[in-house]
Amino acid sequence: MSNFLTTSIGKKVIMSLSGLFLILFLCVHLSVNLLLLVSPEAFNAGCEFMALPFIKVIEPVLALGFIVHIVWASILTIQNQKARPQKYALRKQSQNCTWPSRNMYILGALVLAFLALHIATIWYRFKFGEIHDHYEFVSGFLVQPVFGIIYIIAAIFLGLHLSHGFWSAFQSIGFSNDIWRKRLEYVAYFFAIVFAVGFSIIPVYFLIFGN
Amino acid sequence: MADKILKELTLKVWRQKDAKSKGGFETYKIHDISTGTSFLEMLDILNEQLVSENKEPVAFDHDCREGICGTCSLFIDGRAHGPDDDVTTCQLHMRRFQDGATITIEPWRCGAFPVIKDLIVDRQAYDKILQAGGYVSVNTGGVPDGNAIPISNDNAEEAMDAAACIGCGACAATCKNSSAMLFVAAKVSQLALLPQGKVEAARRAKAMVAKMDELGFGNCTNTGACEMECPKSISIQHIARLNREFLKAKLKD
Repeated sequence: MSNFLTTSIGKKVIMSLSGLFLILFLCVHLSVNLLLLVSPEAFNAGCEFMALPFIKVIEPVLALGFIVHIVWASILTIQNQKARPQKYALRKQSQNCTWPSRNMYILGALVLAFLALHIATIWYRFKFGEIHDHYEFVSGFLVQPVFGIIYIIAAIFLGLHLSHGFWSAFQSIGFSNDIWRKRLEYVAYFFAIVFAVGFSIIPVYFLIFGN
Repeated sequence: MADKILKELTLKVWRQKDAKSKGGFETYKIHDISTGTSFLEMLDILNEQLVSENKEPVAFDHDCREGICGTCSLFIDGRAHGPDDDVTTCQLHMRRFQDGATITIEPWRCGAFPVIKDLIVDRQAYDKILQAGGYVSVNTGGVPDGNAIPISNDNAEEAMDAAACIGCGACAATCKNSSAMLFVAAKVSQLALLPQGKVEAARRAKAMVAKMDELGFGNCTNTGACEMECPKSISIQHIARLNREFLKAKLKD
């Protein structure tokens, strides 16, 4: 295993495993978010559950997951840019691969920009602010059209990122063949739609019905 | 029925004197090309025209001209081996182009495939990867009996699919990351699936991936562009197998 992490496949395995870990986190996050549509009490109970000590200890691990995913993506992107010193004058990439698959780093950067905003506006207030009613705070935040719309767009970027990322993660660790590839691609599209719709339906709800 | 004639075509061709020169596009007009002409024959006609005008002909790679040797290359109108799927440049015909079209012709662009002259690139990097492990070390003895080693039909078919790789370089040339993974995967897969090759599978996967990285190819991001442009339609499922073989080998270390 000596130089595993410096090989091209090793780096991809890091991307894959950190990405799958982040998808697990997204599943938990989306489940709690959707409680906003159930009732204020349900969401507040969800928030209290998320504040329990055994959940809190996972926070640094999650942060590490994000950092690893971002740092390795940057290393890979820089190396890949260097691998072609002279670019083509004319390229028709749309004829041989999908747009998200070509622009994972850009989509990732957009999601990261959103993450920074999200941490500053909601996460930080949840963690360090004096919030008594989480439902009231979140619904009050999302009825502001600017933030509501940014949250919707970010959910779409996240969906596009996952439409390639999910199946690609399995391919990178070798879990794919002609049959599984089709299955994984369908599951990837399913996840992409669930996350894009799931996360954006909440701001849509508050923008339409108010808090 | 007689082939249609393309009255005029504009060719934007990459010209580069040698590996060290900067190079740039030259534009040529070419007339009365039959749609039955192959793309390389069209370039032959261009070269005859250039020679008659006392100009240097365009240098390009070609050999068998029937799609099996892997010598021809060219990035035509933004795609490796041109707009057709599953063909090499020599199998591409002028019927794919409209009269009056402008066709952009570039060499493979990949740091590990430096341009030698005009449209010719140095693809020795692929040979070096093969030399690192793309072989089976066996003592040659007498001729073995046919079917003495049982191989399942599925494995034989899959190994044969991988063995169809002609090493043309379209995978790395078309990949947005200039990754040679499809080539390496095809070679690793072809041997790892057969009993004769299994013996050295672990060493082979490690050595070939190490060589690929050393030569400056990029990292695969599973876009699948390589399999779309591969003239032999080699599937990226072989890349998944390479990943498996490599992981298995590394875990044993």
